[in-house]
Amino acid sequence: MVSIDGALLDFKQLERLAAGDSVLHRLDPRAKVLATLAFIVSVVSYGRYELSALIPFFIFPAVLIGAADLPAGYLLKKIALVCPFALLVGIGNPVFDRAVLMQLGPLEISGGWISLASIVVRAALTVSAALILVALTGFPAICRALERLGMPAPFAVQLLFLYRYIFVLTEEGTRASSARELRSCGKKGRGMASYASLLGHLLLRTWQRAERIHMAMLARGFSGVFHSRTKWHFGPAELFYLVGWSALFLALRLCNGSELVGALVTGVFR
Amino acid sequence: MHMADALMSAEVGAAMWAVSAGTIACCSARLGRGVDDRRVPLMGVLGAFLFAAQMINFSIPGTGSSGHLGGGLLLAILLGPGAALLTIASVLVVQALFFADGGLLALGCNIFNVGVIPALIVYPFCYRTLIGNDPSPQRLTLATMISAVLALQLGSFAVVLETLGSGMSSLPFAPFAWLMQPIHLAIGLVEGAVTVAVVSFVRKARPDLLPAGTAAHARRSPARLLVACLACALLTAGAFSGLASRHPDGLEWSIAKVTGKPELSPVQKGVHGAMAAIQGATAWFPEYDFKRPAASVAPLHQSPVTREQVGNLGTSIAGITGTVLTLLFACALGLLLKRRNQ
Repeated sequence: MVSIDGALLDFKQLERLAAGDSVLHRLDPRAKVLATLAFIVSVVSYGRYELSALIPFFIFPAVLIGAADLPAGYLLKKIALVCPFALLVGIGNPVFDRAVLMQLGPLEISGGWISLASIVVRAALTVSAALILVALTGFPAICRALERLGMPAPFAVQLLFLYRYIFVLTEEGTRASSARELRSCGKKGRGMASYASLLGHLLLRTWQRAERIHMAMLARGFSGVFHSRTKWHFGPAELFYLVGWSALFLALRLCNGSELVGALVTGVFR
Repeated sequence: MHMADALMSAEVGAAMWAVSAGTIACCSARLGRGVDDRRVPLMGVLGAFLFAAQMINFSIPGTGSSGHLGGGLLLAILLGPGAALLTIASVLVVQALFFADGGLLALGCNIFNVGVIPALIVYPFCYRTLIGNDPSPQRLTLATMISAVLALQLGSFAVVLETLGSGMSSLPFAPFAWLMQPIHLAIGLVEGAVTVAVVSFVRKARPDLLPAGTAAHARRSPARLLVACLACALLTAGAFSGLASRHPDGLEWSIAKVTGKPELSPVQKGVHGAMAAIQGATAWFPEYDFKRPAASVAPLHQSPVTREQVGNLGTSIAGITGTVLTLLFACALGLLLKRRNQ
């Protein structure tokens, strides 16, 4: 985590994107959740040495970013931040897997490098799909969609509660942390003892907050369900969106688009 | 320690999703029956607390590094296993969606590794057994340390198994485990120390918040045992299904080696064959494509590669040109749509 403030700001910006008003924003969240899942499953279902067949899948994030007018630079930065974690485990591949799989003139490329590249491409695809889903839909709508799709109600309430208080408590934690930072001198004062009491105090305040919330809930007659004014409707547009993307993913999964294009083009120019 | 989508195979991901979803459904059903509605806001706010606490670091004396709370065991101690699992899982969902930490498909694995293992396996079977009925402070400290270490060791071992079962990484089992387990031993010790410190702080300040007697918890319900066993069984099944699915590749490869030819027969089976036929018919210069590399006969003992995969990769320029063009096409389409929007 770079800094708490930065992370929080990032978080809020992603959520702000969900307030946009494009055709894609207005779709029923269930269609978006299901299409994203279909996308991730198709990408992940490839074998480890698959690289060229994965490339056509970039059409999904590219079209969504374009059509919903999302800030591409911001999303790319977020994706680039996450890729190193996937690289960390994949970096062993070129060392352990030296069988030559591909030959470009004198250059021999081993299976390890190809599978490493494949991991990076997968990471970029899956991460961008998840981020775009949030940026198009927003967290509360995703929760409601999942609940409609069969997620247990207590878990949905838990997610919505968590989401409601995550900003409040992260800001409280940030204040406590920067207060400690200001009082500590170098490493002194940032050790275990002050950390434990900081967390302990945060925990106690959290608990008291929960008790106050509970009283407020009782006063307002909370019945365990969050009500929402928006009515969702799974209409023809949603069906088109879901079936269209799924069909495309299936087609791409069955036939390597990159090789097809490549064969056509190199054929033309020869 | 979070698994990423890029390192998962669809089989392992789906199996672990089923396990975690089932466990969440079980816990939700049990909590739903409970009458204590004070728990609803408490779980939600404690989830937010966990999220905030994971962002605050402390420096570990003697080393240059810093650590932070994981919190699985702490929540289990404060809330009990079922509620703790739901809370941890909800934090993981937020992290997966907003920070792309882990991934949507890997969510099943991550909920299992950092939620089910500490809350439903280590807490009831290790922690509660160790502290007994009337624990002394030393005993509590020791039990917490051991449980934290055990939870992280099991969790990181599950990561190793899931990664190997997925087969995306070619790290062999032994070096990977030797890399993961000692690191997580250190992390487990730090986690244990933080948990002990926070719990003892709470015990001093508000002893009423911690579950008072162990009597209420002592009876172990058969349902919980069942859930734990089921989860373990499915984990193994998931990991082995991944390994098993790679087996035919190895078989095919050894056939290729035995017959001495990389191409066993011109007959290609299934969709791949059909597509190759279509491709052959549509390409103007099909012979330009698919130059077989010498590599199919190179030593492949590390990674069984099927003839199909080698063919798919295509050593040809056609493959690379197509890849670049498709990528450009996708970007151009995105830009075009964006331009039209503005």
